[in-house]
Amino acid sequence: MSEPLSAAMRQQMLQRMIEIREIEGRIQELFLENVIRGTTHLCDGQEAVSVGMAAVVDAAHGDTVTCTYRGHGHALALGLTMRSMVAEMMGKVSGCCKGKGGSMHLTDMPNGLIGTFAVVGAGLPVTNGAALTAQTKGTGALALGIFGDGTPNIGAWHEAVNLAAVWKLPSIFLCENNLYGEYSPYADTAPVENVADRACAYGIPGVIVDGQDAEAVYAAVKTAADRARAGDGPTLIEAKTYRYRGHSRTDPAAYRPEGELDAWLQRDPINILAARMIADGQITQAAVDGLKAQAATDAQAAIDWALAQPHPPLDAVHEDIWV
Amino acid sequence: MATITYREAVVRALAEEMDRDSDVIFFGEDVGKAGGVFKVTPGLYERFGPARVRDTPISENAIVGAGVGAAVTGLRPVIELMFADFAAVTLDQIVNQAAKMRYMSGGQIKVPLTIRAAQGGGAGFASQHSQCCETWFMHAPGLKVVVPSNPADVLGLLKSAIRDDNPVVFLEHKVQYTEKGEVPDHTEHVVPLGVANIVRRGDAVTIVATQRMIGVAQQAADELSGEGITCEIIDPRTLVPLDMATIIRSVQKTGHLVTVEEAVHAGGWGSEVATRVTDEAIWSLEGPVVRVTLGAGIIPFSEPLEHHLIPHKARVIAAVKRTLAV
Ligand SMILES: Cc1ncc(C[n+]2csc(CCOP(=O)(O)OP(=O)(O)O)c2C)c(N)n1
Ligand SMILES: [Mg+2]
Repeated sequence: MSEPLSAAMRQQMLQRMIEIREIEGRIQELFLENVIRGTTHLCDGQEAVSVGMAAVVDAAHGDTVTCTYRGHGHALALGLTMRSMVAEMMGKVSGCCKGKGGSMHLTDMPNGLIGTFAVVGAGLPVTNGAALTAQTKGTGALALGIFGDGTPNIGAWHEAVNLAAVWKLPSIFLCENNLYGEYSPYADTAPVENVADRACAYGIPGVIVDGQDAEAVYAAVKTAADRARAGDGPTLIEAKTYRYRGHSRTDPAAYRPEGELDAWLQRDPINILAARMIADGQITQAAVDGLKAQAATDAQAAIDWALAQPHPPLDAVHEDIWV
Repeated sequence: MATITYREAVVRALAEEMDRDSDVIFFGEDVGKAGGVFKVTPGLYERFGPARVRDTPISENAIVGAGVGAAVTGLRPVIELMFADFAAVTLDQIVNQAAKMRYMSGGQIKVPLTIRAAQGGGAGFASQHSQCCETWFMHAPGLKVVVPSNPADVLGLLKSAIRDDNPVVFLEHKVQYTEKGEVPDHTEHVVPLGVANIVRRGDAVTIVATQRMIGVAQQAADELSGEGITCEIIDPRTLVPLDMATIIRSVQKTGHLVTVEEAVHAGGWGSEVATRVTDEAIWSLEGPVVRVTLGAGIIPFSEPLEHHLIPHKARVIAAVKRTLAV
């Protein structure tokens, strides 16, 4: 690992991970209570990828992100407020997308989030477009696309990585390998051991990183970002991670071998960073507990606020289709 | 006024808009150094350079997606899909992404993207390179759909499409690339999207047609005028938005409606025109609405079969006589 991050950055990452964990748990409850309808794809266990990635992205300078429907953590890490996100999931007019998008379609342009794409692979060609704008205008911005381990099997993924490599776009392709695509284990659908192994087909770096270690994710994304901003083209990063819950909705994830979840819980991203900070004298266990209590309070406040918000006026159903 | 071809009108519109706005970029397969497979875009690469005119890999998903992402982040890209049939391999990017992103984001995003593609039959390109695909896109709110029929409209409508803040599917008819027409000399010939053109005035019947079918309708109208039947021909020019007001005014005058479509009957744009007319002006109709289409046809390779399938003069004349019951 490269040099450790500042105490302030670590603190921010830790706090955000705790918030994401807390709100995802509450979202699942609200879903089961039918307060949130449709579907949800939660990211508990994968928080280190969100915060490591977000610490590199500089929306004020034009950096942008696309990710998947499993995007709550990324959206929050980039700066979307819990209130705005929860209201969106409840279909309320005060949600970030005025209730039109929902759990799977979060857009937050002020924080650089173009969208959480729900068609597998679809965000990656769009990421290239944002990178193309940066390259054409010479802004020095980068575009980062996040996807799962099942996604390299769809054509859009290949087309996007190939185009980015050919045009040397400032794109970063960040894979969250959580071992499953829906209910299929990675190895059942992919012919190579690692997603990163595919990079050689495009002549770009393929990097494997510990997805449970926020600082390691940060370092890998930062290296890719420096490369992108310098005009040297894209990088494929594979973060090895794990989703604690099922794929979506009420999936009990019975397809997972016994003991697998427990083994991953031993490498929990929040605990890893907290332990490191405690060892470095940057935080106490009591303060970590305090962050958790605060996150619970904040989540409850966001939910209460969102519940009190109105639904969109019915006239809005035909608004925002054409400019 | 200068006389130019339909093909030349495309490249002129692109060049004028790229001159006018440095955010306009253009890319697609073999469109740059080679000037396009239909030789529609020669000279742009030399003039505007490799950053703004780019050749792409054969990756329709990547091409449209890059257009979407570039449009969302501040450029005004024009992309070429070569044959419109190939839109099928990137329908997700067009229909699910470009069309819906503004809506799904609650209006945070706009997608000022122009997707150019060559469609249409009559040239012996067979089933997978000859379809008219406009209705695929009419079914995706968020898109605009443009179907120019002559060089002046190509020029003026493409300029409007590029300036429009919405994703626009701009479908050129490949058989018309060599057709000539007069266009104004100045660089501000802009034809608004959503305004139909009354191509020919008449009292007996309203014929709505697009692209190459305008010429077919004209031939029919010429012949029918010899029998004292005067046809009003309307070119909607854009199918989304669709200028129903002009069509309805005409039907209120003539009492009869024929649509001529180089496309499949079921769910064609003529169905939309017909139902809107019956909804808004049924008491003006004095005969059945007759649609001339491919039926449930697939464009064949064999020349006699292809010419038989695509609407031609005799079928339009028969349709007019059927609605007039003469
Ligand atoms: C084109 C497409 N095909 C299928 C689906 C259904 N689907 C949704 S998520 C998913 C699995 C994706 O797995 P992965 O890429 O590993 O992402 P993860 O959910 O694990 O984050 C599938 C098949 C879809 N949304 N889009
Ligand atoms: Mg997965």
